[in-house]
Amino acid sequence: MSEQKTIRLVVTRQDGPNENPYKEEFVVPYRKNMNVISAFMEIQRNPVNAEGKKTTPINWESNCLEEVCGACSMIINGRPRQSCTALIDNLEQPIRIEPMNTFPVLRDLIIDRGRMFDALKKVKAWIPIDGSHDLGPGPRQSEEEQQWRYELSKCMTCGVCMEACPNVSGKSSFVGPFAVGQVALMNSHPTGVMRAQERMEALISDGGLQECGNSQNCVRACPKGIPLTKAIGTMNRAATKHMFKKWLNF
Amino acid sequence: MSSQRSFFNRRLHSLLGVIPVGFFLLEHLYTNYLATKGPQEFIKQVEWLWGIPFLPLLEVFFIFLPLLYHGVYGLYIAFQAKNNLERFGTFRNWMFVLQRITGVITLVFVIWHVWETRLQVALHGSTATELTRDFAQIISNNVTFTLYIIAVLSAVFHFCNGMWTFLITWGVTVGQRAQRVSFAIFTFLFVVVSYLGISALVAFSKADFLQHLALK
Ligand code: HEM
Ligand code: SF4
Ligand code: FES
Repeated sequence: MSEQKTIRLVVTRQDGPNENPYKEEFVVPYRKNMNVISAFMEIQRNPVNAEGKKTTPINWESNCLEEVCGACSMIINGRPRQSCTALIDNLEQPIRIEPMNTFPVLRDLIIDRGRMFDALKKVKAWIPIDGSHDLGPGPRQSEEEQQWRYELSKCMTCGVCMEACPNVSGKSSFVGPFAVGQVALMNSHPTGVMRAQERMEALISDGGLQECGNSQNCVRACPKGIPLTKAIGTMNRAATKHMFKKWLNF
Repeated sequence: MSSQRSFFNRRLHSLLGVIPVGFFLLEHLYTNYLATKGPQEFIKQVEWLWGIPFLPLLEVFFIFLPLLYHGVYGLYIAFQAKNNLERFGTFRNWMFVLQRITGVITLVFVIWHVWETRLQVALHGSTATELTRDFAQIISNNVTFTLYIIAVLSAVFHFCNGMWTFLITWGVTVGQRAQRVSFAIFTFLFVVVSYLGISALVAFSKADFLQHLALK
């Protein structure tokens, strides 16, 4: 019988928000069809590092385990992505795992994506309705609009585009590529368009759309394949029109 | 609601990069290109430019101040980025980083270049012929020549890649295909304008350029 196959992971850990990060190596027994999260679960069961020393289990977040909730994003072998769909068989070893430290790190791989929620609130990424009574069927949308909006609607606020964007950092207040996509989504909705100007005003306030520097990393990184650069271009055009209209109407 | 000052600043930065700074770059490199037809052609063009009415005002308001604004705000933008080429070694991310690096090179170069040329004219009241002679002497040195080549390529790259992003910034090229076409156009422009710029430098640096000048 052959030796038990193992996998090696090097995890960047951090004990608390204000602690220094450090690397810890783990060797985990291999099973078929493992992903990064099941490797973490293995460590949770037996929290011993590669040197054989007892350590604390790794802290991480995950929910859906099928790449729709966005909670489990981290940097795996240099790329920000979801750990639930990071299959061990497809990863080069040792697997290097780091938190997405564009965001504040709370502990180990757990980050605070609160700035994304703030961004959504800032750009008013919702459609207000008055009351909970039946408003009847909504307005019809063309097939073309539906296709475009469907793509944009797939965002799960996972933060990967934020990590990928060179203009999102502690030094800037950029709301990030995803927020531009959400304004494009809400502003192209036949009911949402009623508040399009309001969202536009918010989108071009400080830290808004204008912070984009066209590195186009976001569209490469987004796990949902959301056409973020097209959304940015669309909103840039809308912002140009908005600006001139405002000046000329004044 | 917070202010929209940064939107206004960015759009102004973008606009000034093209009008007038970008146009000035093109005009400037074209004028220099005339040196390939001999010093007289170049001097004639310089004298014509010097004859433009209200020239000092134009220089201040259409070149100096816009460039100063674009350059200083550009530095602020450039140093705000967290560059991540090691994670995203994609073509566009390289262009993003190069846009910032060439901006900084251009800024340093422009300060030096203005000191060597425009300010010398202002300080010593040189004639167009004296300016041409002095510059030919400066550029005949191999080190200076190399630095000028790097600087011209940087400025032209920065302008051409900047035109590509400019069209996105203003919402002209929205989709991927439009952006690909605009990339092809500005790559072509980069080649043409770089050719103009470099052939001018080569012409100035040739030994017989000064002799032609001396004969006049
Ligand atoms: C020859 C002089 C220059 C020309 C013709 C020029 C032109 C341009 C153009 C057309 C753009 C595109 C604007 C846009 O994306 O909307 C741009 C962007 C930029 N320029 Fe310049 N520029 C010059 C000098 C400088 C200098 C001296 C700096 C100083 C560091 C600089 C820094 C930048 C930066 C950082 C950007 C990117 C802005 C962004 O992504 O929003 N530029 N430039
Ligand atoms: S746009 Fe894509 S990468 Fe960005 S948060 Fe949404 S799903 Fe994640
Ligand atoms: S756990 Fe939901 S995306 Fe990975």
